[in-house]
Amino acid sequence: MGASAIAEGLFRETPEPTLIGGRHRETGRIVFPCPDDAARWEAVDLPRRGTLWSWTVQRFRPKSPPYTGPEDFAPFAIGYVELPGATIVETQLTGVDFDRLMIGMAIELTTIAFTTDADGKDVRLYAFTPVTEG
Amino acid sequence: MQDVYIIGIGIHPFGRTDGVSGLQQGANAARAAMADAGLEWPDMQFGFGGSDSAGNADTIVNELGLTGLPFINVKNGCATGGSALIGSWQAIASGAHDVGIAIGFDKHPRGAFNALPAEYSLPEWYGEAGFMVTTQFFAMKLQRYMALHGISPTSLGRVAEKAFRNAVHADHAWRRSPVDIDTILNAQMISDPLTKYMFCSPAEGGVALVLASAKKARELGRDQVRIKAAVVRTRPPGSFEVFAPCMDIERGGAPTLLASKAAYEMAGIGPQDIDLVQLQDTESGAEIMHMAENGFCGDGDQEEWLANGWTNIDGRLPVNTDGGCLACGEPIGASGLRQVYENALQLRGLGGGRQVPGKPRTAYSHVYGAPGISGVTILER
Repeated sequence: MGASAIAEGLFRETPEPTLIGGRHRETGRIVFPCPDDAARWEAVDLPRRGTLWSWTVQRFRPKSPPYTGPEDFAPFAIGYVELPGATIVETQLTGVDFDRLMIGMAIELTTIAFTTDADGKDVRLYAFTPVTEG
Repeated sequence: MQDVYIIGIGIHPFGRTDGVSGLQQGANAARAAMADAGLEWPDMQFGFGGSDSAGNADTIVNELGLTGLPFINVKNGCATGGSALIGSWQAIASGAHDVGIAIGFDKHPRGAFNALPAEYSLPEWYGEAGFMVTTQFFAMKLQRYMALHGISPTSLGRVAEKAFRNAVHADHAWRRSPVDIDTILNAQMISDPLTKYMFCSPAEGGVALVLASAKKARELGRDQVRIKAAVVRTRPPGSFEVFAPCMDIERGGAPTLLASKAAYEMAGIGPQDIDLVQLQDTESGAEIMHMAENGFCGDGDQEEWLANGWTNIDGRLPVNTDGGCLACGEPIGASGLRQVYENALQLRGLGGGRQVPGKPRTAYSHVYGAPGISGVTILER
């Protein structure tokens, strides 16, 4: 039983996972994900910590296709995270009670087992979670 | 450029009409609009029209008659109706034609809109992960706006309560029963901070407008409602749009700001000169944010406006007099023209139980949609 990322080139599953953005070779603008256009964009590691820019809770199961999450649906939080000096990234939020979500809270990158594929293997997705002190 | 008048308006009721296709609903609206203008299909020199989910509008000639007229299909998301109107306006303002028709219709399946990543040039994983849901965007744009500008959930409830109250008097609306604010605020949460009564639902409906030159409108004795401005704009840098995996830290403008500014310039008037307004209200917070984006109040002033009822039918600036998308539902191709229909009706004094008092002279309409497009029209009596 292995696991695979939901897509190649989005993030690295190192002990401290990292999102891979793209930096425009002329303007320096940073985006996520890195566009598939190496002539104009170079891959760049994004900051692992940021602040919550906005959030909501997805309380009904999105339609499939395109959604591939578990049939047994549980509401999940999503948000935008401002990564200082880089960009604002859309993400699922994990490890936090919905009523504790607050704009401006400090959060950091992690990864989650988002769903399982047809072979029963975990599909991994990046997510953000509150920064634990220490 | 010559002046352009709206000389006929027609609508097929919004909501659900089983057994009648979206195209047929558009044709019904077209027949009503032509009858209102005292004209017939062979009088139409051109047509512009569109739907998002109910097929190509030009096949409407099968319903209305094979007169050989040029008919141009429009597919511009939520701005489909607005774009059809602009095409028609240009065709007459340029002097190329004297009279023509703009038609918008749609028929969506029940449940949330089902967008696919490839339609928006997005990678597949973005949809697989559950981000391809329009309600999330509206909720997150609103959540931040409420935090920055002190908007309360009560104000969201007041917008929805007003929509259902106004729709009681609009015979083309879908949801025509009043809903009290406690029911709205305590209903099932769909996407925080928005409950189920604060979102519009995908629906069905059709609207048509017959447009004419000043000369033709006078000949027919139908020169009451003039188009002062008709504008569509796409997004500027740094705007916050639906289906965005990331956005720049340096925040910028919004397509509505561009469209609104251009429309005021074209009309030669400002927001203080407008007597009634139809704003895109796909959820109740959208109406609140769009009040400010279109220049009618400052960010955060909406709390006071709504608490005092200033956007009610009898308020200082009535907003969404037929209940808007919240009460009429959202047939994407038809909603923009519904707003203009409602404004033309109000300027002609035919609003019945929802008529804005004081003989309004100017009316403003605004649509906004994916992937960052906005349309504004200003009418004058």
